[in-house]
Amino acid sequence: MSSDWPLWEVFVRSRRGLAHQHAGSLHAPDAAMALRNARDVFTRRSEGVSLWVVPAAAIVASSPDEKDAFFDPAADKTYRHPTFYEVPPEVQHL
Amino acid sequence: MTADPVAASIPPLATYALRLGDDALVLSHRLAEWVTNAPQLEEDVALANIGLDLLGQARTLLTYAGEVEGAGRSEDDLAYLRDEREFLNVHLVEAPNGDFAVSMARQLFFSTFQLALLQRLVSSTDPTLAGLAGKAVKEVDYHRDHAAQWVLRLGDGTEISHARMQAGVDRMWPYVDELFLGDEVDDAVAGQGAGVDPALLRPEWDAYLDAVLDEATLTRPEGLRRPPGGGRRGVHTTAMGHLVAEMQHQHRSHPGASW
Repeated sequence: MSSDWPLWEVFVRSRRGLAHQHAGSLHAPDAAMALRNARDVFTRRSEGVSLWVVPAAAIVASSPDEKDAFFDPAADKTYRHPTFYEVPPEVQHL
Repeated sequence: MTADPVAASIPPLATYALRLGDDALVLSHRLAEWVTNAPQLEEDVALANIGLDLLGQARTLLTYAGEVEGAGRSEDDLAYLRDEREFLNVHLVEAPNGDFAVSMARQLFFSTFQLALLQRLVSSTDPTLAGLAGKAVKEVDYHRDHAAQWVLRLGDGTEISHARMQAGVDRMWPYVDELFLGDEVDDAVAGQGAGVDPALLRPEWDAYLDAVLDEATLTRPEGLRRPPGGGRRGVHTTAMGHLVAEMQHQHRSHPGASW
C-alpha cells in the first residue's frame, strides 16, 4: 500500500498577506487525502491559514548539473542590485 | 460510585458528563494504539491528532463530572483509579481496533453521532457543556470527514478493499443502537436543557451514514443486532478489562508520578 502512494509537496501560508512557503512533503493516495494529511502533519501547531499540495512529480526543478550555467553568472554583476542610487533623504520606509 | 455507578445520589449532570467523557477517553486510547501501526506515517499522525482531540475533550468532561459530583475526584482519579465497572462509555468505543477498515467504520459511526450531539450541546443551558461543545464541534467535524474519506476510498476502491470495508462496517454495526438509547439520566439532563436525548440524533445519523455508505458502494447491514450494551451502566465487553488495565497501569504503578 505505502509504496504505491505518490509524493506531494506541501506549501503553507502562515498568515494572511504572506506567500505560501514550502513546508515539506508527504505521501497520500490522492489530492483530497494529501490536503488532509498536510493539515495533520504541518498545521497542527497553528502554523497556517491556507495549504497547497502539489504532486511532487509535477514540479520541474533545475538540475544540479546545470548549477554553474544557471546561477554563477549572476555572482559578479553587482550592477543588477539597486545599490548605485542615491536615496533622497525624504524617502522613508525603503 | 460503588455498586451501581448510576446511583440516585449522584447528580444526573455528573453522570452525563462522565459518560461522554468516558466515550472520548476510551476511544482516544484505542486511537493511540494505532500510532506506529497505521498504513502510513501520515496516518499515524492523523489518528494521533484525532485521539488527542478526544483526550482533551475527556479531560474537560471528567474534570467537570468530578466537580459536579462534589466528592473531590479529579480528572486523574476518574481516568486512572476507577475500575472497569465504573466506566460508563458505550461498547462501540471499547471494541478492539481490528484492521484499519474496522477502525474507520468505528470512527465514522462514532464521530457522526458525536457531531450531531455536539451541535446541539452548543446551545446547552450548562455553560461548561456549551463551551466544550463550541470547541469540540470543529474538531469532530474533521474527525467525521477523515473517517468518511477513508470509508469512501476503501469501499469504492479495489475488490479487496471493498470486501474489507464492508466487513468493517458489519463488525461495528451491532454496537450502533446503544449510542441512541436514553435513560433517566438523559431525561433529567435534557429536561434541564443541559443535555440531549440521544434518540433524537438517530435520523440525522442514519441520513449521513446512508449517504456515505451509498457513495462508497457499501451495503447498510440488516439484522446485525445484539442486545443493546449496558455500557452506560458500567457493564462492558471482555475487551474493556484489558483496555482499562493497559490504560491505568502506569498511573497505578507510580502513584502521583508527574513529568
